[in-house]
Amino acid sequence: MKTCLVVDDSGVTRKIARRILEELGFNIIEAEDGEKALEVCRQALPDVILLDWNMPVMDGYEFLGNLRRMPGGDAPKVVFCTTENGIDHISRALHAGANEYIMKPFDKDIVAAKFQEVGLIQATLPEVV
Amino acid sequence: MNPSDYEYLRKLLKDHSGLDLSADKQYLIESRLLPLARKAGLADIGDLVQKMKNGSSSLIAQVVEAMTTNETFFFRDKVPFDHFREKIMPEMLQARASRKSLRIWCAAGSTGQEPYSLAICLKEMGAALGGWRVEIVATDLSNEVLEKSRAGIYSQFEVQRGLPIQMLVKYFKQTGQLWQLNADIRAMVQHRQLNLLHDFSQLGRFDVIFCRNVLIYFDQDTKTNIFGRLARAIEPDGFLVLGAAETVVGLTEAFKPIADRRGLYRPEGGRAAPARPAFSLAAVPKLAMAGS
Repeated sequence: MKTCLVVDDSGVTRKIARRILEELGFNIIEAEDGEKALEVCRQALPDVILLDWNMPVMDGYEFLGNLRRMPGGDAPKVVFCTTENGIDHISRALHAGANEYIMKPFDKDIVAAKFQEVGLIQATLPEVV
Repeated sequence: MNPSDYEYLRKLLKDHSGLDLSADKQYLIESRLLPLARKAGLADIGDLVQKMKNGSSSLIAQVVEAMTTNETFFFRDKVPFDHFREKIMPEMLQARASRKSLRIWCAAGSTGQEPYSLAICLKEMGAALGGWRVEIVATDLSNEVLEKSRAGIYSQFEVQRGLPIQMLVKYFKQTGQLWQLNADIRAMVQHRQLNLLHDFSQLGRFDVIFCRNVLIYFDQDTKTNIFGRLARAIEPDGFLVLGAAETVVGLTEAFKPIADRRGLYRPEGGRAAPARPAFSLAAVPKLAMAGS
């Protein structure tokens, strides 16, 4: 089972993300800011990180920079998930090594679509009728 | 909804659009038409039907539109676009190398996500298409969705389903919460209103036809009829792309599936373009001599 680290300072958002991602077959670890997320990554790197931008202590952008400089830190797929929906933020995130970007609000379809983009889940096609 | 209202709507939709609702699609009618009824100041589906029976043609048009509009998203199902990049375009680049032109038809273009996904694929091919003239014709029954397609403006939800973020950044401009496709991509697609039940020979012949997730609404005879006319609208070595849940089996002999390429078909009797010229260059002098 693949592991997804969900980083968001909102407990409600983490709960929604957990429910969606567990349905998609992921094992979930949660962290409430970038600093705590780095601690998780130092123990073991997850397969994918769903990452908020604005958080206390260490924001998502700074976390991403730190992650990518860690040994093996280029491996996890990083999907931003944030209310920062301006093209300037999106460009900065991609430049810093994000693989995908979700603009909040999100639903299961969007999360599934973005996780397909980064190759973590397979598309399911309907049966021929 | 009372059964006679349901029967009335079923017949009306069948006559106007070919939409063939089975006996148990009340929920679909409720979910699509109740908002429309409310917008028209009517209480429920019964009142809506009454007003239609009194001869409101604009209301009838709105009902047909509301029932036939499909949900769609960029690069829907992925696989057809893999076919397009990996199989259709490489073969067509060879087969049309001398005339350097290509015509593509999206027969259920809807709000534009499919034709524009193809336009983006072509744009991504870059120099390989230098000097080529590629037409993408998008048709749909509904003028309302064609208007949306022409504008090329999509909500934040719409651009997040199927479109990789790099492509959003590359091909769209942001206006508040909305995203508009760049003008050069929009200019690659022509729009025409068209009902597939009617003659479409005026569109001319195409090298590639995408006809996805629209035939599912038609009954068997109508499907067979449309396949027959699609066969006359496609080049003998062209490609037909159907939806993931659709097939030609039992409906037509005019198209044959391509092995290991789900949803991809070729006209029967038409041959695949050979990987090499049909006769080798070595044979040419002989032929020339034979003629001299």
